Amino acid sequence: MGVDDRKPPETPPTAAADKPSSQAPAEPLKGEVSRTDAPGAGASAAPPGAPRTEPPAPKPANIEAAVTATVSETSSATGQPTAPADPAVRAAAPAPKASGAEAAAPTAAAKAAPPAKPAPPKPPAGGAEAHVPKAAPPTGPPDPPPPADKTPPAFITTLQTAVPGGVAALSFWVGDWTIIVPVAQLLDVARRLRDAPDAAFDYLSDLTATDWPPRTEGRFDVLYMLYSTRHRHRVRLKVKVAEHQPIPSVTGVWAAANWLEREVYDMFGVNFTGHPDRRRILMPEDWQGFPERKDYPLEGPGELLMENPLDWLKLRQAREEAEIE
Amino acid sequence: METQTVHHGAMFDTNELVINMGPQHPSTHGVLRVVLRLDGEKVVDCDVVIGYLHRGIEKLSENRNWTQIVLLTDRMDYVAAATSNVGYCETVEKLLQLEVPRRARYVRTILCELQRIASHCLWVGTHAMDIGAMTVFLYAFRERELILDLFEEFCGARLTYNSMRIGGLPLDVPPGWAKKVLEFCTIMEAKVGEYEELLTHNRIWLERTKGIGIISGPEATGLGLCGPALRGSGVARDVRKDEPYAAYDEVQFDVVIGTNGDTYDRYLVRMEEFRQSLRIIRQATEGIPEGPIVGKVPRLIKPAAGETYHAIESPKGELGYFIVSDGKSTNPYRFRVRPPSFCNLQGLRRLVRGHLVADVVALIGSIDIVLGEVDR
Repeated sequence: MGVDDRKPPETPPTAAADKPSSQAPAEPLKGEVSRTDAPGAGASAAPPGAPRTEPPAPKPANIEAAVTATVSETSSATGQPTAPADPAVRAAAPAPKASGAEAAAPTAAAKAAPPAKPAPPKPPAGGAEAHVPKAAPPTGPPDPPPPADKTPPAFITTLQTAVPGGVAALSFWVGDWTIIVPVAQLLDVARRLRDAPDAAFDYLSDLTATDWPPRTEGRFDVLYMLYSTRHRHRVRLKVKVAEHQPIPSVTGVWAAANWLEREVYDMFGVNFTGHPDRRRILMPEDWQGFPERKDYPLEGPGELLMENPLDWLKLRQAREEAEIE
Repeated sequence: METQTVHHGAMFDTNELVINMGPQHPSTHGVLRVVLRLDGEKVVDCDVVIGYLHRGIEKLSENRNWTQIVLLTDRMDYVAAATSNVGYCETVEKLLQLEVPRRARYVRTILCELQRIASHCLWVGTHAMDIGAMTVFLYAFRERELILDLFEEFCGARLTYNSMRIGGLPLDVPPGWAKKVLEFCTIMEAKVGEYEELLTHNRIWLERTKGIGIISGPEATGLGLCGPALRGSGVARDVRKDEPYAAYDEVQFDVVIGTNGDTYDRYLVRMEEFRQSLRIIRQATEGIPEGPIVGKVPRLIKPAAGETYHAIESPKGELGYFIVSDGKSTNPYRFRVRPPSFCNLQGLRRLVRGHLVADVVALIGSIDIVLGEVDR
């Protein structure tokens, strides 16, 4: 059964009638940062209020260690013996250069180096633990299929016959049933689950998303936690969507989705279509970027300085000296 | 010289007026901004603006390890911090498939219910003060103080308790604490009657709350209202009864529901919940079993890859946690809170339509929000 998923669902009685419908599936989302200036996975957007003069530098795991790594690399290139893996020596290595113009160079280089290419790991060195690249980012939840002794509830089997293709896969984990639904069938499945007497999912508990950037078939999982006040049972729907892929809003099925979808749009930039009032909800209207994406930095450039008190002191000292001059 | 056109009917024009309420307003219970469109004194529509207290707790939690997050959950619903702690710990226990000792579950039940009374005390005080009854505020805060003392004796803190650990409790209840809890129950029983004496049959109170913000059961369900706001509309939805957690399946209590779904019924539901909570506390305190307080918690908490949603009944309604573990790192891959206040606040727009400006204050009070939880 073909479904036009761009068709806006009927406006719920509680929905905004005076707000213009922000339905623009083809255009980039408002507030989105162009991905060309994002050097790596570590930084994609700087919050407003950050200094505009320099681009948001990706945050290396540890500045000191990154500087040391750069120094030891240059020394090996010039034929000198590499610095022994001794924390004391390594810590002292950049110290003599601290007063020259050269001192700035390795720091800048370290700052500009994308975090995707960390310094080569040197296992015995102290402080090198921060450097060891983490395991490859996960590409998605395992979604384990139900074990053989678990039969899915009756409403799932009737759903499979009522909406052909509506159930792409089934998953069962620690007592929760999850139905993985293709985007095209989402509205059909949602309406069927709400209206069918054996399902009667009249309560949308929660609507949220999860970001899995390396995944090929679409980075977001959009999740719908449903509950039935009549049968007192739960189910979870999961829809996989790509970054700009439109996903129909379920505000026409459950009015509760209004704010929840706004929050998912605000935090992840999931492109809901047919939403009566798609604006940011927690962040300011003019905010750049989507904070809960995995490639959005946890800390802004200003906070980076606060992490190391010595950097902070150096900066303050430099500012004071500049003021005296 | 400019010509002036005189509208003879100008005084009787009914142009819509837009007024702004908040974010710094005593009756918005925090930093909530409501933009009201008025026709005379009647509210035509409103826009609720939130986010002033957004601290990114979800994002922060994804960068902290499993045990550190308990502390962050305190900062969401700060008038009922223990409930948030319990909800989070139970979700992780569900992911770990961890058995919690019976004693710990009983203490959790007692703490959750004490917290419900403390939260309702704060609610009845502020709600009554918004409508103009000053005395109840002083009375309710007096009793809330007793609960804070009990918490202080249990965990040393009075507001942000950090009172739970994954798998059980951080420490056992102090000796003699159970007796004090029972004493408190006796005191509180009488005090609830005192509040009701001041309000329930008060003519001003009835005028201000009866028939204000009526919402039907199916509509409230569709809007995602939860807790007393939903039960006031006659929907018998209580997570404690429907999906029992802690020791709620071992105690007797009733789910209180209203009939009309107006502000007055939501008030009555909460007043009766005081008594039901006291009933639960009495049973749990008298039946508290001996035994360990922490289950077999692994030294390094690292749940297998998977995701789960678990909900508990906070004083405001269904408090849900959706947590994803990637099975590799020591922090959750995704941490999501379903805040009851957020979902209840969404209903405000529907509730205030057609009512007077003064009723907006009553309605904000009747859905009982905490902005720390709305914005996270």
